[in-house]
Amino acid sequence: MATIWVIASVVVDVLFWTLLGPHMAPGRLTSTAGADQTDFNILVVIALPVMIAVWVFLGYSIRTWSAKRGGPEPVGGEAARGNKKVQTIWIVTTTVIVLFLAGFGTVALIGDHGSGGGEGPNPIWAPSGATAAETAALTKSDSWSPSSGKVLVVQVIAQQWKFTYRYPQFGGFETTQLMLPADTSIAFNVTSLDVIHSFWAYQLGVKADANPQENNVAFTDTKSPGSFIVRCSELCGLWHGAMSNNGNVVSPSDFESWATGTEAANAKNTKLLAPFAWTYVPDANGAAGGYYIDSNVTPYSNSELYGAKPSS
Amino acid sequence: MSMRGRLTTVLVLFLVAVGLVVLCVAAFLKPGTPGGVTDFTKSQPAGQPVHLVAQTVGSIGFGPHPTWVSYMVLNPTTHKWVQDTTWKLPAHTKIDMTIEQFDSGSPLRNQEWGQVQGTIGDSMQLNGKTVSVYDSYTGTGIGHTFAVPTMGISVPLVGVNGSDTLCGEGPCSLKMPHNEITFSFMTGAPGNYPWQCFVPCGLGWLYGNGGPMSTQNYMGGFLDVVNS
Amino acid sequence: MTITADRTEVDATGNDAPPDTGGGPKSSARPGWLSQHVGTALVCAVIGYVIGHWFGNYISSDYIYIANSGSNAVADTLALALGAVGWLAGIGALNYPAAKMIGREAKSSETVDHWSKYVRFSTDHKVVGLQYIVGVLLFLFTGGLLAMAIRTELLSPTTHVFGPGTYIEIVSEHGTIMMMMASSLVVGPLGNYFVPLMIGARRTAFPRIEAFSFWLFMAGYGVIVSALPYGGFPTGWTGYAPLQTQAGVGMISYLLGFAIIGAGMMAAGFNLLVTIIHYRAPGMTWSRIPIFVWSILATAALLCLATPVLFAAGMFGVLDKTVQTAFYVTEHGGSSYLWQNLFWFFGHPEVYIMALPGFGIVGELMPVFTRKPLFAYKVAAAGMIGVALLSFFVWQHHLFQSGIDPDMRPLFMLTTELISIPTGFIFLVGMGTLYKAKIRFEVPMLFVMAVFFNFLIGGITGVFLSDVPVDVTVHGGFFVLSHFHYTIMGGLVFAFMAGVYYWMPKMSGKMMNKKLGLAHFWTMFVFFNLTFFPMFIIGLLGQPRRVFTYAKGLQGLNDFSSVSAFLLGLSFLIFLFNLLYSMWINPVKAPANPWDSLGLEWQTASPIPPHNFDRIPVIMADPYHYSEEGAPPLADFGAGPRENVSAASASTATSVSEE
Repeated sequence: MATIWVIASVVVDVLFWTLLGPHMAPGRLTSTAGADQTDFNILVVIALPVMIAVWVFLGYSIRTWSAKRGGPEPVGGEAARGNKKVQTIWIVTTTVIVLFLAGFGTVALIGDHGSGGGEGPNPIWAPSGATAAETAALTKSDSWSPSSGKVLVVQVIAQQWKFTYRYPQFGGFETTQLMLPADTSIAFNVTSLDVIHSFWAYQLGVKADANPQENNVAFTDTKSPGSFIVRCSELCGLWHGAMSNNGNVVSPSDFESWATGTEAANAKNTKLLAPFAWTYVPDANGAAGGYYIDSNVTPYSNSELYGAKPSS
Repeated sequence: MSMRGRLTTVLVLFLVAVGLVVLCVAAFLKPGTPGGVTDFTKSQPAGQPVHLVAQTVGSIGFGPHPTWVSYMVLNPTTHKWVQDTTWKLPAHTKIDMTIEQFDSGSPLRNQEWGQVQGTIGDSMQLNGKTVSVYDSYTGTGIGHTFAVPTMGISVPLVGVNGSDTLCGEGPCSLKMPHNEITFSFMTGAPGNYPWQCFVPCGLGWLYGNGGPMSTQNYMGGFLDVVNS
Repeated sequence: MTITADRTEVDATGNDAPPDTGGGPKSSARPGWLSQHVGTALVCAVIGYVIGHWFGNYISSDYIYIANSGSNAVADTLALALGAVGWLAGIGALNYPAAKMIGREAKSSETVDHWSKYVRFSTDHKVVGLQYIVGVLLFLFTGGLLAMAIRTELLSPTTHVFGPGTYIEIVSEHGTIMMMMASSLVVGPLGNYFVPLMIGARRTAFPRIEAFSFWLFMAGYGVIVSALPYGGFPTGWTGYAPLQTQAGVGMISYLLGFAIIGAGMMAAGFNLLVTIIHYRAPGMTWSRIPIFVWSILATAALLCLATPVLFAAGMFGVLDKTVQTAFYVTEHGGSSYLWQNLFWFFGHPEVYIMALPGFGIVGELMPVFTRKPLFAYKVAAAGMIGVALLSFFVWQHHLFQSGIDPDMRPLFMLTTELISIPTGFIFLVGMGTLYKAKIRFEVPMLFVMAVFFNFLIGGITGVFLSDVPVDVTVHGGFFVLSHFHYTIMGGLVFAFMAGVYYWMPKMSGKMMNKKLGLAHFWTMFVFFNLTFFPMFIIGLLGQPRRVFTYAKGLQGLNDFSSVSAFLLGLSFLIFLFNLLYSMWINPVKAPANPWDSLGLEWQTASPIPPHNFDRIPVIMADPYHYSEEGAPPLADFGAGPRENVSAASASTATSVSEE
């Protein structure tokens, strides 16, 4: 039994690691995606021998100890009721594996700047320069260029039922297209104008829930150009299934020309948009109101403001 | 009862149960599109632009929710107004769309939708005047929008003056106060393209997105683009 | 013997009449049509509904939001609430408390000895157990039909059979009905039926509360199904606010439905918890109670402690939707995070409420079919208690990307990984019991083996989900969906089937047909795996949950899954047919102990008299002394020959009573 297990585990693990592993979700387009993929592969490589062990044992027991086959009578008594050695080995092994996985997961989480998951309004694992970029983004004069090596700040606004994106470092214009430069650290600031959505950029390995009046920050480092798909992954109403868009990672210079071009083309509308902030209080007036008797709204709190207070 | 009798009884009861299930599905989980499909593929010879006329009304006036806002479309063959939001369009064809907007307006929650996007020329004709950005904080505001997110189309439908007597039951006649908005766009490859309004116009619902905004056949539907 | 004194003490605590041989009928007269039964319950429910609806309209139709939206949530809340009260009043659940409240002597609750006892408020735990079987099957088939509708919609990404709005209604209803069923799937029917028998008691601690929990369960069914005519609710079974506050009146059915089911769960759990602690027969020490009872103990503790949180959260939601409080609405001072946290604080213990009884059944059945004692019994019991305790410390793993304090994520990753240790004990116990055994592959045992196979996949994928970096990709998609179907359906529902096939001879006196059972097992096992395994791949390829459309390239996998799902549905029809065939169409009388089990529940007479045991037995050993030379007898059933027990039970290696 043990030999079968060892051989099967090694073969399956090697086959998986070499053939399937490099193609596992979500790909290697960004650092976080690559890290997610590596984590997943390592988990599979550890899980497969465990599963094969149980399957081999179950298969062997079905074959060998079936009543139909005859064979020796089972023996009851104390020996069959427990075996301190087996129990201890089991408990110790499972504990060691589990603690290793927890530690490994934590290291991966810290090392990959939060692994692309939303960290709330006060993230603690961020790429260097993120805090500075986020604080500066709120001043109306910050900018980004390919050679600056700065973190690109993108705000993701989720509303029923489309994501829109604002680039505070380019005058705060808003667009329905998500373009990103390659070889750059990106800070996504995800918020919602109504109900809870979730910004899931599959190939980027980024997922952050969009909560009303909350800023949820997630980071990633883009590497080479490519395209990705964004889908909403928190049920948000009728058109939740239709709430998706494509996005592109392009070369930094292409990105800069797109951004400055769009900034110019949208200039008229950008002046009319709400001033850039990490969260927005949805208006409850007009047709959109009538639920609460008074349309006075109280913003939840200012603590979700990232870094410095916004200049008014 | 004999075994045969019991078997028959079970079978009969099973068929009764199946019948009940079918009834429940038909009553509460209506399959298919509620308003049917309005077919625009036969209205024009192939390759010619398709003319699509729709209207947005402040209250539909009939049906299970008479106070709800709704779209209506002019059927190209019968020339009758129907409450239907699933429109079959030919692929790779120019669509000339006219929307008669009968509802009052308000400032947009997200002024991003005040910018005309995805139409030919990135602009629309508002009562004859070309407009590419509409400031919803001025004038009569925006009543509704027509947006096809997966095609990148978004057109603000300017509201009429709320203090006028507005049309209260669809279909509305052109004698009532309205704004006429026209624009054109190209359909692409065949597919299923959801469209919706981006003004939270569900009065009485939290964030304005319940009620008509969250029910099929009122403020959202499908563009069924097919090869003609 | 000195033991006699103990026995009479135990007898005196019960309300039941002292046992006489044959347990003579308490009331053989056929009760009249106007006595309280399910028909009067329905009538009173309708009356309550109408009164509530009228009253709600009377007080609230001029609320601004009701006038604007055209739908009256207050009327619907009062209608459903008073309808549920009417249902309970009509069945007679409120008779005793009402009588006591006005200072009158309440009629002693007696069980009529007539087939109509099954549609009445019965204080016999065995009747309640059988009523629960019908109840859970009603939930199961309703939810299952909705699942078939889901898979029909997902056959094509472009052809929309139901359309987006109806589709999320269906998804939400399916999830909610299934979760409501699964919370009581084993505790309700099998827990209520067998726990007293297994611990040597004549009844549960609070028979009226036990019956109350069943009729609440059925009221909950009515309320949650009422969502469909009300236009459904769009939030999925998780009910996230503020979409919940934005939704129509169908949402009230969800909130009130969960509150009612929650009250039933609390009642059932509380009753069983006290029963297990206080009603054990003399000699039934903690190390002798069957492993199934341990699992029900752990589950009952969770039911009592976790469900009140759901109840409160649901009530806040109802207040938000009716009288415009703002518990969950951020810009008026509430928080969308509040619902998420309250819900999942309940939600995670809830899934262990579902998993633990499945482990209990598996642990209980294995010794019978392997003819070996349960391996590492103490570890199994400790594992169940450990899982129950730890389950309160892991809930934030549902919220890893929600924007929670990032410090919390490594903490909850650790606790979630840790809980997999006691969860894994069932595999240690199972494999140890199988070692050098003599396995009889009867239908119940096949289901037990399937539980091991399925829960292995489900449990391991749970470890994947607990890893935060991997969770970024797999949360909210079909991977997590497949994980919980593997654990809940693959674990609990398969274990429930094992329990039904195993215990049906005791509950009904008839055997389940073996050929049909084999057909049921193989179709269910094969098609279950064929339906849900591809969903792991679909999830990894990026399809989110609860969406009516998906990438074209995934259609092949979705269609494969859908067709397998339809065949899985067919397997449930085979089960239903087997049930009807074996119980009614062509019943075959079962021997008193067909599986040769040493369990105490099998040592009762067949059919079980209303008072369970002629004399309360004195327990002398645990029920796992299989294949043991000179093992102690299970219990002392009293001096002299025992009546009504067939000789078949004496053929086991240990004899049951010797004086």
